[in-house]
Amino acid sequence: MTRNIRHAAVFCALLLVALVVNAARVQIVQKPEYDDNPANRRPDIARYQQPRGDILVGGRAVTGSRDTGEHLRFERTYADGPMYAPITGFASQAYGTTLLEHAEDGLLSGADPMLAPLPLWNDVTGAHNPGGDVVTTIDGAAQRAAFEGLGGRKGAVAAIEPATGRVLALVSTPSYDPQLLAGNSAAATRTWNRLNADPDKPMLNRAVSRTYPPGSTFKVVTAAAALDAGVIRDLDAPTRSPDPYTLPGTRTKLTNEADGCRNASLREAFEWSCNTVFAKLGVDVGVRGMTAMAEAFGFNDDGLRVPFPVARSTFDTSVDRAQLGLSSIGQYNTRATPLQMATVAAAVAGGGQVRSPYLVERTLRAGGSLVAAAGSRPSREVMRPSTAALLKELMTGVVDKGTGAKAAIPGATVGGKTGTAQHGVGNSGTPYAWFISWARGAGDIEPKVAVAVVVEGSAADREGISGGGLAAPIARAVMEAVLGG
Amino acid sequence: MTKAGTGTGITVAQADTPAPVARLPRRRGIELALILMAVLLSVFGYCNVGLAQHDALPPGAAGYGAGLGVLAFLAHLAVRLRAPYADPLLLPIGVLLNGLGLVLIYRLDLETPGDRAAPTQLVWSTLGVALFIVVVLLLRDHRVLQRYAYVCVAAALALLTVPIFFPAVNGARIWIRIEGFSIQPGEFAKVLLAVFFAAYLAANRSALAYAGRRVWRLQLPTGRVLGPILAVWLVSVGVLVLERDLGTSLLFFGLFVVLLYVATGRTGWIAVGLLLASLGAVAVGWLEPHVHGRVEDWLHPFASIEAGHGPNQLAQSLFAFAAGGVTGTGLGLGHSVLIGFAVKSDFILATAGEELGFLGLSAVFLLYGLLVERGYRAGLGARDPFGRLLAVGLSSIVALQVFVIAGGVTGLIPLTGMAMPFLAQGGSSVVTNWAIVALLIRVSHAARSQAGGRAEP
Repeated sequence: MTRNIRHAAVFCALLLVALVVNAARVQIVQKPEYDDNPANRRPDIARYQQPRGDILVGGRAVTGSRDTGEHLRFERTYADGPMYAPITGFASQAYGTTLLEHAEDGLLSGADPMLAPLPLWNDVTGAHNPGGDVVTTIDGAAQRAAFEGLGGRKGAVAAIEPATGRVLALVSTPSYDPQLLAGNSAAATRTWNRLNADPDKPMLNRAVSRTYPPGSTFKVVTAAAALDAGVIRDLDAPTRSPDPYTLPGTRTKLTNEADGCRNASLREAFEWSCNTVFAKLGVDVGVRGMTAMAEAFGFNDDGLRVPFPVARSTFDTSVDRAQLGLSSIGQYNTRATPLQMATVAAAVAGGGQVRSPYLVERTLRAGGSLVAAAGSRPSREVMRPSTAALLKELMTGVVDKGTGAKAAIPGATVGGKTGTAQHGVGNSGTPYAWFISWARGAGDIEPKVAVAVVVEGSAADREGISGGGLAAPIARAVMEAVLGG
Repeated sequence: MTKAGTGTGITVAQADTPAPVARLPRRRGIELALILMAVLLSVFGYCNVGLAQHDALPPGAAGYGAGLGVLAFLAHLAVRLRAPYADPLLLPIGVLLNGLGLVLIYRLDLETPGDRAAPTQLVWSTLGVALFIVVVLLLRDHRVLQRYAYVCVAAALALLTVPIFFPAVNGARIWIRIEGFSIQPGEFAKVLLAVFFAAYLAANRSALAYAGRRVWRLQLPTGRVLGPILAVWLVSVGVLVLERDLGTSLLFFGLFVVLLYVATGRTGWIAVGLLLASLGAVAVGWLEPHVHGRVEDWLHPFASIEAGHGPNQLAQSLFAFAAGGVTGTGLGLGHSVLIGFAVKSDFILATAGEELGFLGLSAVFLLYGLLVERGYRAGLGARDPFGRLLAVGLSSIVALQVFVIAGGVTGLIPLTGMAMPFLAQGGSSVVTNWAIVALLIRVSHAARSQAGGRAEP
C-alpha cells in the first residue's frame, strides 16, 4: 500500500505544480494582455483614485474634486462651470477629457513623469504622484465681462494681451456646466445626450473651434496688405474705386451699406466700411500679396495649439479675381476663429509684432514647485511698424467717429473694426455681428488688450444686427475689465 | 523496506527498528511557535489592510488577534493533552489559512458595506475549532470510526439528498436555507464519505484485488464486493449532478478513484476511472446547459466582452490575478471586488492573487501542498489500513478541492463552484476543514506515537 500512497502523493504534487505553472501564466506571461484589455476597469480606477490637480484663474481654482467614495473615487467639480467651460473643457469619468483638461491631462491626473521628484523612482515604488496645477493666463474679470456681455445670445469672445500673446478671455455661449458630465451616473449620460442633441451646440467652443466668415473685420488684413505693398501710401488720398464695384470678370455688382464710398480715401472707407473700396484693394494687391499677409496674421495654419488645438482659419489661395475681391472683404471662403481675429487686432496693437496666443502661464506640482513655465514665445513681424501705426490710426478713427462708437472708453485709446458677415445660401442666414478692437489705458505705453467678439444674431434682431451695435459693447466691457484691473 | 517518514528533518522513521514503541519526538513547542507565527502573520495582514485603506490601524485588530490567538491556543492545548505525538505542522497551517481567509473576507467587506461576512465567518471558525477540539479530545482512537462506516454513509447520502427539497441558489441546489441561515450539507458529506470509503476498502481490499473474472487484462472483483461501494459512489455522484454541483461530484469521483487505487494497487482502476470520468464529463458538459456554459466560458473567457456584455466573472477573475503580477498590489489595494457576488466565496483566491501576487499565491498553494503532504505522511505512518486510507482520503479531498477551485478561477479547467478550504466565506466549509485537520491529527498521533512498526509488510 505504501507504494500506492506514494504514487497518489506524486499525483497530488503534479496537481500543485500545474496550479503554480498556470498562475505564472496568468500573472506573469499574460499579465500585459489582461492589463490592457479594454474591459479591465483597473486603469480607470487607478486614474480616479486621487483628486485631479486644479486649473487656476487669477490665483483661484476654477476646478475642484469631490470624493464620491465609489470605485471611480474622485469626481471633477467646477466653479462657474459654464463661464470657464471653453477653457477647462470637461473631465468626465464616462466621456473622457477635452480642452485644457485634455491637453494637460497627464499633469492634472498625476501621470506626467515630470511630476516625480526623481525620474524612475515611481516605477520602483509603484507610487502615484499627486496631480499638478495648471495656472492659466485668463483674466477673471475679462472672462466674466465677456460671458455676461454675451448673455443669452449665441456667440464668442477671445481676448489677448498683444505684447505677450497671453489669452485673457475665451468665452463661448450658449455654454454648459462640465460638472454635470463629471461622473459616470445615469444623470451624466442624460446630460451628455441632451447636450449632443441640442441644436445650439453648447459644447462647441465657438472661440477656437468654430470658424466664421469674418466680414468687414477682415478689412484690417486687406488694409495692412495694401499699405505694406505700397498700393496705398496716403490714408487720405482718394482711391480710384467705383460704387457699385463690378467684380472683375463678372457682372456681379458689389454695393455698400454706407453712402459716399465712391473714390473714398482709405480712412473714410475704413471708418464707414466700404465693401467696394476694399474688394478693389484686394484685387489690386493680388492673390499672392493677400495670401502672404493673411498667413502672416496666422490664417491657413493647422498647427496652432494654446495648448489645445485651434481650428484652422482659412484664406483661399486658389481664387479668381472676383473671388479674391469677395475674399478681401471677409466673404467667399475666408473664415476665421474669434481667436484668430483677436490675433489680428493684437498684431495691429503690437506695432506689427505678434506672438502666438497661449493659455497656460505655468504648471505646478502639488506642493507648488514649478514644473514648466510658458517662457517667452517668439514674436514675428506681421507687417511693417509704419503700417501698423497707420492701421492703429484707422482703427481709432472707427471708434472715434465711425461705426465702432459704442466701444469707446473715456480716458483710454481704443481702436476697432466692425463687421457684419453674410452667410448661408444666398446670404439667407442671420448675419454674424463682429467687432475686433484693442485698447490702451491712459497711463499705458502699449495697448494692453485686443479683443474679438462675434455674435450670432437671432432672427428676432435681424434688423439691428451690426458689429457696432451688438458686438462693440461687449468688446468694450472686456477691455474695460482688463484696463480697470 | 520502504522509506516512509524519511526526507524531512522532523520525522525520521526507523522502519526496520523492531522496537514496537519507538516514538517520534513530540515537537509540541515547535507547534506552539508556529501557531504564534501564524497568528502574528494574520494580525499583520489585518493591520496591513487597515493601513492601506484608511491610513490607520483597524480598531478591531487587537480583538481579532486575541480571538484568533485564543482559538489557536485552545486547539493547541487539546492537541498537547490528547494527541501529543501529532504532526506539529497540521494545526499551524490550519490556523494560518483560516486567519488569512478572515483577513481577505474582512478586506472585501470594506468594499461591500452592505454585506459584512467576516463576523459570521469568525463565528463559524470558532465552531470549527470547537469541533476540532471535540474530535481531538473525544476520539481517542480513529479506528473507532470504522465501526460507524454504515452510519456515516447513510448520513452522507441523507445530507446530500436534503438540498433537493430546497430552492436552487445561483443555479445549484446545494444549500439548506432556514431563516436566512444557510448551510451546505454536501461539505459535511465529504468527510463522512471518506470515512465510509476508507472503512469499506480497508475491510475488502484483498477481495477487490484478487477475486473475480478477468476481462481482457483487467481483473474484475466480484460484484458482491464491488457492488455496494460502486452503488454508493454512483448515487452520490448522481445526486450531485441532479443538484448541479459538478465540483463536488468531481471531488467524490476523484476521492473514490484515489482510494480504490491506493487500496488495491491496480492501475487498471485508474484507467477505467479516467475513462468513465471523461465520458461523464463530456456528456454532462454537452447536455447540461449550466455546465455547458461553464465550459464555454473556460474556452472563451472574453467572449462576453467581445459580444459587448462586459467581462464575466471568470474574465474579471483573470484580470484580478493579472493585476497582481509577481509581487501583488498589497493587501487592501486591489480591486478584486469587481468580480461581483462570489468574490468572498468561490473567487476568494482572486483577491489573494491580486493583492499578494504570484509570490503570495504560490505561498498559499505551498501551504495547501504542505497540509496535503503532512496528511499523506500521516497515512504512510499509520499502522492500520483504515487509518492509512482515511488520512490519504482526507488529504486527497483537500488536494482535489484546491485544484478544482484554484484551477477554475485561474482558467486552467472549467469553473465549478466550490469553496477554497479555510479561505473562502462559508460556514459549512470551515467547520468541515477543521474536522478534516482534527482527523488527520488523530491519525498522525497514532502513527507517530508508534513509529517503529509497520501496518503491513
